[in-house]
Amino acid sequence: MSALLTPSATGAVATRVLTQLRRDHRTLAMLLVLPCALMSVLWWMFHDLPGEGFSRLGPALLALIPFIIMFLVTSVTTLRERTSGTLERLLAMPMGKLDFLLGYALAFGLVAAVQSALAVGVCVVLLDLSIAGPVWMLMVVAVVDAVLGTALGLFVSAFARTEFQAVQFMPALVIPQILLCGLFVPRDALPRVLDVISEALPLSYAVDAMQRVASSGRTGEVWTDVALVAAYAVAGLALGALTLRRQSD
Amino acid sequence: MMKMAVTVRALEVVRGGIPVLRGLDFGVASGEVTGLLGPSGCGKSTLMRTLVGVQRVTSGEVEVLGAPAGAASLRREIGYVSQQPSVYDDLTVTENLRFFARILGVGDERVAECLALVALDGHAHRIVGRLSGGERSRVSLAVALLGEPRLLVLDEPTVGLDPVLRVELWDTFHRLADDGAAVLVSSHVMDEASRCDRLLLMREGRLIADGTPSGLLDRTRAEDIEHAFLSLVRNEEAA
Ligand SMILES: Nc1ncnc2c1ncn2[C@@H]1O[C@H](COP(=O)(O)OP(=O)(O)OP(=O)(O)O)[C@@H](O)[C@H]1O
Ligand SMILES: [Mg+2]
Repeated sequence: MSALLTPSATGAVATRVLTQLRRDHRTLAMLLVLPCALMSVLWWMFHDLPGEGFSRLGPALLALIPFIIMFLVTSVTTLRERTSGTLERLLAMPMGKLDFLLGYALAFGLVAAVQSALAVGVCVVLLDLSIAGPVWMLMVVAVVDAVLGTALGLFVSAFARTEFQAVQFMPALVIPQILLCGLFVPRDALPRVLDVISEALPLSYAVDAMQRVASSGRTGEVWTDVALVAAYAVAGLALGALTLRRQSD
Repeated sequence: MMKMAVTVRALEVVRGGIPVLRGLDFGVASGEVTGLLGPSGCGKSTLMRTLVGVQRVTSGEVEVLGAPAGAASLRREIGYVSQQPSVYDDLTVTENLRFFARILGVGDERVAECLALVALDGHAHRIVGRLSGGERSRVSLAVALLGEPRLLVLDEPTVGLDPVLRVELWDTFHRLADDGAAVLVSSHVMDEASRCDRLLLMREGRLIADGTPSGLLDRTRAEDIEHAFLSLVRNEEAA
């Protein structure tokens, strides 16, 4: 048996993914600049309105962005890896499946850390978003959230034959979570059935965590949410490992 | 006696409900270059995928270097070049090779050696996506050579190459075989057959001949392998 996990192979996958990203200047720029721009638009929207619209929605948006972006980026990249034959080549080599999955998670987790550091920085310094808890916790939530997006993206890429199909998993798996995460209607005000569903969806906890850091700063509750999101990410990676088959028909 | 790197018995593979390999028995010897020839769609790539262990087998036995095909112990021992180049288009040649070298656990000095073997030392820092088709497939070949495999499975590695380069690559294959590796090369260009120590001729999922090029020519009284193939097909259809 080859080892389940070799740190050097995991590192090699992560470095490679990051090198590929670095080559793609436009994607890199969009990954880093877009979240800041979107947060600014949100701030602007509420600028002339009474109430605390930006403080209420800002943290939620900080949770949504890394999840959505990493989900899309990962599902398309891994699909490309499947269709180009590089995944098959890697699986015929002494590479553990976990090396592949964790390599991706590591690379995109790192990108998410930089991405959310910028977005949080813009929110706190320029846009006066008030954060009751420690600011670095927003980033922890963002990174776990991004890893969740990556894990789900890796998983669904197994069920897509084309890039078109891969992108369609976004309305199927991501938009329902956005609808039910408490952003539009507070979760306890949802009809019973939808409330139960929302409790089973990982993004609900990610949004909760962000909002808790911003409003109360009770870190104990935040860690519980983070742990739940992380558990979903681990489950997603495990499911992803099941879809990586060394043999095909 | 020759050492067999691959032994295949009664191999059958069904893909998408269609029998693609229909009862194959043969061996591939170490120290030789074996050519796998046959028309497009006859099952060459499927057979190679089976030896590498990435193709699900319907029935039969495939033993590779003393282990069943697909065994974890074989992942270091086999170099495989798929028909379409399996490398990262957005990385440079060296970045591609370094990445796979780290997965295989071989040192960076091997990267330069393999680049030289496929005559790509001049392109080390170019982005693979901006190379020509033949250059790209040589990057893929270089990756397969990294681990100094005991079995090399090369699916049409010389397509799109000029005659000079083709001769050079065939020389490389023979050098690797002289060093003890088993080299299996597929092609549907019959004029490459004469460069092989041994030939497997395939048609519609079956082997129709297995022997040395000269043996085949003698047996069929043909002037070249292309005519030998045609005469074997005619004999088979008459039978
Ligand atoms: N993924 C697949 N699913 C179902 N059938 C397949 C698949 N890939 C190939 N086949 C079928 O298997 C048969 C053999 O294909 P294979 O690719 O092994 O041929 P080949 O000899 O390598 O051809 P070529 O010289 O054109 O590369 C073909 O009839 C093909 O249609
Ligand atoms: Mg083929």
